[in-house]
Amino acid sequence: MYEKHLMICGATGCLSSGSQAVEEALIKELKKHKIKDKFRLVMGGCPGFCEVGPIIVVYPDEVFYCRLKPKHMAEVVEKHLLEGEIVEHLLYKGPDTEAPARFFDTIPFYAKQKFNVLRNSGIIDPESIDEYIMRGGYRAFSRALAMEPAEICEEVKSAGLRGRGGAGFSTGLKWEFTLNASGQKKYVVCNADEGDPGAFMDRSILEGDPHAILEGMLICARATGANEGYVYCRAEYPLAIKRLKIAIDKAEEYGLLGEKILGYDFNFKINIKEGAGAFVCGEETALLASIEGKRGMPRPRPPFPAQSGLFGKPTTINNVETLANIPLIVKEGGAAEFASVGTEGSKGTKVFALAGKIRNTGLCEVPMGITVREIIYDVGGGIKGGRKFKAVQAGGPSGGCIPAEQLDLPIDYDSLNKAGAIMGSGGLVVMDERTCMVDLARYFLSFTQKESCGKCTPCREGTKRMLEILNRITEGEGKLKDLDVLDSMAYSIKDSSLCGLGQTCPNPVLSTIRYFRNEYEEHITDKFCRAGVCKPLFNYRIDADKCTGCTVCAKACPVNAISGEKKKPHEINLDLCTNCGNCIEKCRFDSIIIEPVGREADVSN
Amino acid sequence: MSRETEAVMTEQIDITAIEEIIEPYIKKKEMVIPVLQKVQEHFGYLPRPAIEEVSRLMRIPLSRLYGVATFYAQFKMKPRGKYIIRVCKGTACHIQGSPKIAERIEETLGIQSGETTDDLRFTLEEVACIGACALAPVIMINDDPHGRLTPDKIKSILDSYK
Repeated sequence: MYEKHLMICGATGCLSSGSQAVEEALIKELKKHKIKDKFRLVMGGCPGFCEVGPIIVVYPDEVFYCRLKPKHMAEVVEKHLLEGEIVEHLLYKGPDTEAPARFFDTIPFYAKQKFNVLRNSGIIDPESIDEYIMRGGYRAFSRALAMEPAEICEEVKSAGLRGRGGAGFSTGLKWEFTLNASGQKKYVVCNADEGDPGAFMDRSILEGDPHAILEGMLICARATGANEGYVYCRAEYPLAIKRLKIAIDKAEEYGLLGEKILGYDFNFKINIKEGAGAFVCGEETALLASIEGKRGMPRPRPPFPAQSGLFGKPTTINNVETLANIPLIVKEGGAAEFASVGTEGSKGTKVFALAGKIRNTGLCEVPMGITVREIIYDVGGGIKGGRKFKAVQAGGPSGGCIPAEQLDLPIDYDSLNKAGAIMGSGGLVVMDERTCMVDLARYFLSFTQKESCGKCTPCREGTKRMLEILNRITEGEGKLKDLDVLDSMAYSIKDSSLCGLGQTCPNPVLSTIRYFRNEYEEHITDKFCRAGVCKPLFNYRIDADKCTGCTVCAKACPVNAISGEKKKPHEINLDLCTNCGNCIEKCRFDSIIIEPVGREADVSN
Repeated sequence: MSRETEAVMTEQIDITAIEEIIEPYIKKKEMVIPVLQKVQEHFGYLPRPAIEEVSRLMRIPLSRLYGVATFYAQFKMKPRGKYIIRVCKGTACHIQGSPKIAERIEETLGIQSGETTDDLRFTLEEVACIGACALAPVIMINDDPHGRLTPDKIKSILDSYK
């Protein structure tokens, strides 16, 4: 028997914060005290709070240690594990808490969250099927085995689950289409090609709870009459692929995958296909082409994959998070429980990836209908460095931004659409006053332009022309007429592109023009980028009243453009300055100002 | 230039390994992408003689193989370095300053994105998103993620890869 279990976050976020070294140090300490056998260490899934990683949660005490370094491990072992005393200074402390938060649920980041999809992440060992089963895993599947396929579809429909990967189509209805399609051979495909830059919930679910995906696929197969499944996962997620492979092997060993599963007349096997780096493969028809070993190009629908999908057979394609919800819905009484959370049109919870200029970055799972304000300020802890909130980008390159005026917008499929954004996969990238909205639109368009597969003209050529215009504006060569051209091109591309990538790629441009037209106009007429991002459109200046002469900026300047005596205001030589921004990042006194080019000259005239 | 490097540059490579790589997939034309991934894993990139050999063994036209290989960003047609640096160009990384990180790496190594250093030590690439957005800006060097970067940290990180 183990005295305690220590869950070390081994997801990509904490790994890059150094959780591997922390684990090694912990093992060394345990060995030193010869108590390694008394404690169980699990390099497990992600508790979501990437900002404060590396994280260790000690069970059953539920003590949450964060921002760990290898040197802290001696203390954790000697004080906590040997003497049962909590190491206060390693607990979570934030501007939002009065005392160090001892337990998981007293940390404000977690207070408004509701764990459905992330129910096992960070709690179980993702490489152990037994732990998944002990937490109630595969029970929904064994219930589904005893049900009629149409009954399962009906339950998923009644729960009101909508696809978590993009457009938000009813999952139960999708299953029903495949069930009703004729043919002996049918497929289930899990879309784990999480290409939206800024979203990482699918990676986290795959890394933290891979059996939930397998169970979701098994139930889907039972409901639609499929006997083979594919998980199409990005090659950029090596850890997720590794964990999936282990999970599949274990499930086969336990007789949960294979022939005559649990004695029923039901066969199912799952294959993993690694993507090869193409964003468009997140689109379902392109994804299918890629599994078939072709260039990942979309094709027109109909026929929909439910009629003619993988290798021409009826196919259900669901996203990772959608599938992770399935075991919760199909368990006894699960559909009603699921539907009791959320809003009229959007049921259940949604996982969001909080990133950008927000204090608490990480993954959070909240009930549908929560407001943007609650996510950003209560869960996210507000903006980093006390700057002003400007907007949040929802739905990545296919979505749009939500400005400060709409902070009280409830987050569900329909209100987001109305506001010009989309739910998408749930990436929320927060922006402050130092983010340029024109540059953001240009960034997204350069992304979609690069990823356009080139099959249809509106997307291939249209994105290129729009990008040229945006490049011109960020270089100070824009004309006011450009805004009308962008607008009309955006609608033509939306209306005439072949697939979802093309149809949604103008959204970031449209939504930034809608809410931040003044910034575009300022770039065009005043040749000024007030966020200090578009390099030709601003200068830095040091405010002599605020500068304390601490010399930090001068040391940070790579081109020696800043000069001045110690403890006296410094100056920037604009002839040398490259607008690299090192100084403004380093200055602790807010004394570096962003101002229009040529303002000095105007004053002297 | 070492003899090894020269052999890679002139594509004098040993293609006998390919038959073994392809063995489990030989009659499965839909497995083209995994096959190319395995071939690339072996050589570090897709040398022309290797693709020709795949084409011959799998009876797939060379043109189709090139069509697939050039469509996906993962496949490289040129030799790559011992360490692959992937600069994340995701949204979170972009607004947290990934362009400045890329710039500094380019200056330090004297190569542009997509290029390899002459000593075949580093190859610099861009990647759409690593999914470590919470620690933006992020780069990956082979399988190691490095997060919360500033341009100042670049030199010491690169120095640690010999």
